[in-house]
Amino acid sequence: MPDLKKTPLYDLHLKLGARIIEFGGWLMPVSYTSIIEEHNTTRNKAGLFDVSHMGEILVEGERAHDFLQKMVTRDISKFDCNKSFYCCLCNPMGGVIDDLFVYKFNDKKFMLVVNASNVDKDFGWLMKNKDFFDDVTIINISNNIAKIDLQGPFSEQIINDSFDFDFSLLKRFDFIEKFFFNENFVISRTGYTAEDGFEIYFNSGRAIDVWNRLLKCGKDLGLKPVGLGARDTLRIEACYSLYGHELNENINPFEAGIGFVVDFSKDFIGKEALLEAKRDLKRIVVPFELLDKAIPRFNYDVFKNNRKIGLVTSGTFSPTFKKPIGLAILDIAEADVGSLIEIKIRGELHKAKIVERPFYKYKGKLNK
Amino acid sequence: MENPRELKYTKEHEWIRIEQDIGIVGITDFAQKQLTDIVFVELPEKGKRVEQGKQIATIESVKSVSDVFSPVSGEVLEVNNELGEKPEIINQDPYGKGWIVKLKIENKEEIERLMSAEEYENFLKEHK
Repeated sequence: MPDLKKTPLYDLHLKLGARIIEFGGWLMPVSYTSIIEEHNTTRNKAGLFDVSHMGEILVEGERAHDFLQKMVTRDISKFDCNKSFYCCLCNPMGGVIDDLFVYKFNDKKFMLVVNASNVDKDFGWLMKNKDFFDDVTIINISNNIAKIDLQGPFSEQIINDSFDFDFSLLKRFDFIEKFFFNENFVISRTGYTAEDGFEIYFNSGRAIDVWNRLLKCGKDLGLKPVGLGARDTLRIEACYSLYGHELNENINPFEAGIGFVVDFSKDFIGKEALLEAKRDLKRIVVPFELLDKAIPRFNYDVFKNNRKIGLVTSGTFSPTFKKPIGLAILDIAEADVGSLIEIKIRGELHKAKIVERPFYKYKGKLNK
Repeated sequence: MENPRELKYTKEHEWIRIEQDIGIVGITDFAQKQLTDIVFVELPEKGKRVEQGKQIATIESVKSVSDVFSPVSGEVLEVNNELGEKPEIINQDPYGKGWIVKLKIENKEEIERLMSAEEYENFLKEHK
């Protein structure tokens, strides 16, 4: 049994009193004080997340653009340099291998930011498919890169202070590559919380310095460390997918409710299958809220009129809305907003209602 | 938080305060820390009879669900209705305001099967 992995900040998390869990082969903080407190701090002030376990893969070369066009669902040519965008890597059946962000430095250099649990799989998939692209190099830099997310309404103030730089002109999904403290940083105005915020990538050797600097500069504004527990409640409120829940190799982007990442304007692996899937969609992920005092959880059965119509893909208690909420993949005929459904929780059926996406709308800097 | 010396403890991290024939039951500080963010508590009906070691209540936190087992056999006299509105009291004050049920104790001999505060603390150390 291989040893569980630790980020460079592991000892710091322990010192901060974090409760540690195992996640995808890593020992990660689930919370420091309480999930609800950390969630609310992120929504009202700012939260700091160690997500160094995530993967970063560099794709470079003369034809890097063409190679990635083949691999990802979204049309890369529609994006300018220094823009990042959300998309999927699909298999030939249209099932999702991973959901990821692509950072476009230029047509010859891209950084893919992928789920911690899929790094090796994604790297293998890219390598397997780069047959006629000899000039393209693919490098897994995950082990050298630390990633810290700063999210919340006070993020801009805190990052400006920490880096002594004006981030106000950075719009949502933009990123910069710049030297700070003698180190190369990639910083994007992106995140997984639906708050304004930044994702910070840099050489993992400096992780402790950067983390402490951000905490120090954000202290007076109420910046606190936030664990994976609140990361989950925040993203569910935003209706963001989590691989392994709303997405997997047997779910396509249309079923997951993220059809916007599919551009049929170019060729890519899975295109034919997705054209068919879109035409004849059989099931879809929808958000719902419980009308009862019980929490829906992953893989709980969903019923309507005594017939099973689907499964819960994610569920939790929403600290913002103070009620149980979740996402479920349902037969498309039963997936209308406003529909009443029932979730089987520990043997009993509890009433729920399908609602519109998202529970919590993005509060940050719109890209207009 | 110290585990109060006058209480008795179970291996499932419940405590019981004995006041003559009445037992007041809750979960320990260790247990509430494991659960964190308690959001719902399912309480038993008044009058329900429970057996020692059997489920008497259910606590749901953001991350998990946990059963509460009765430290002794008896009849449910009262439940803490405040937990409906403010379940987080269990996190904040597990030995005081966070009490869960009051029981009429059926058989005082069952109390001997429970642990003292010191025994509970050793038990925690051994099972870390």
